[in-house]
Amino acid sequence: MTNRKQKNDEKNVLRSFYEALKSFGTTFPMLLGVILVLGFFRGFVSNQMISAVFTGDLLRDTIIGSVVGSISAGNAVTSYIIGGELIKENVSLIAVTSFMVVWVTVGVIQFPAEATILGRRFACARNALAFIFSTLVSIATVKTLMVIQ
Amino acid sequence: MKRNGDKSNVRGKRRKDKYRGIYFLGSVACLYFLVFVFKPENLQKSVKASGDMVIHILPALVFIVLLMGIMNYFVKPRTVSRYAGKGSGIKGWLLAICTGILSHGPIYAWYPLLRNLRNHGMKSSLIAVFLYNRSIKIPLLPVIVYYFGLPFVAILASYLIIASIVQGHIVQMIER
Repeated sequence: MTNRKQKNDEKNVLRSFYEALKSFGTTFPMLLGVILVLGFFRGFVSNQMISAVFTGDLLRDTIIGSVVGSISAGNAVTSYIIGGELIKENVSLIAVTSFMVVWVTVGVIQFPAEATILGRRFACARNALAFIFSTLVSIATVKTLMVIQ
Repeated sequence: MKRNGDKSNVRGKRRKDKYRGIYFLGSVACLYFLVFVFKPENLQKSVKASGDMVIHILPALVFIVLLMGIMNYFVKPRTVSRYAGKGSGIKGWLLAICTGILSHGPIYAWYPLLRNLRNHGMKSSLIAVFLYNRSIKIPLLPVIVYYFGLPFVAILASYLIIASIVQGHIVQMIER
């Protein structure tokens, strides 16, 4: 009786991991595609090229920051470094904050994977909202910082 | 009978996802071929960057597959419903915020696990909250503090958490 229970347990463990692998396997081509697009992006777009698009105008830079941040991809630390450099070049803190927040919350390159795996409607809504909220968060952060200091 | 229908639906959806992924991968391969033809010097850079990324995220992917397996075995849909489903309340929101902040690795590596959780009963709003809170990265805090100062980081993190909750509510309304 105990032996049978043990065998059933083993079977269930194996089935659970097999299901996990199968589920992951279906998303793997999409994830690999995203990784290759990210690699493509890194091969063609340098940090200097990203920094060069900012103009010094607050409104324009905020929009540019959000758009560039959503298209760009990579480790968040890269966005902090670019952001730090942009501040030294007198780009507004709102634009830089917006750029850094959008970098990690909105993913144009990852969008096909997100839409396929989590649903197109969800992915559209989430990315659009993240884009809008990132700008609002950056304005609120900088204004609050100005009040405190 | 209904259960069999659900299973075949899931299987059909998986097959569809797999084909979509393969088409996408095929398109990217075509893009790389064009680079090979017109800008071969950039191809090496892109392939190297992709290879580095695969090596970098491999541990995260293995961890996520293991987590999915463990979840399939131990976590029943009823448990997911209780902690992240419709009746989870404030507990669910707090859990999504904390796990989002603590989660590591690239965002796309988490999609399969989140889909798995949603199939088990997790709310879409909490998935949105989880994904937005990934912008607060504890291991990288020293770097951002170094560049922008502690007050800036503290204010930014607080607003990000508030924004994630509002965003979660809106996503839930849209998804309904």
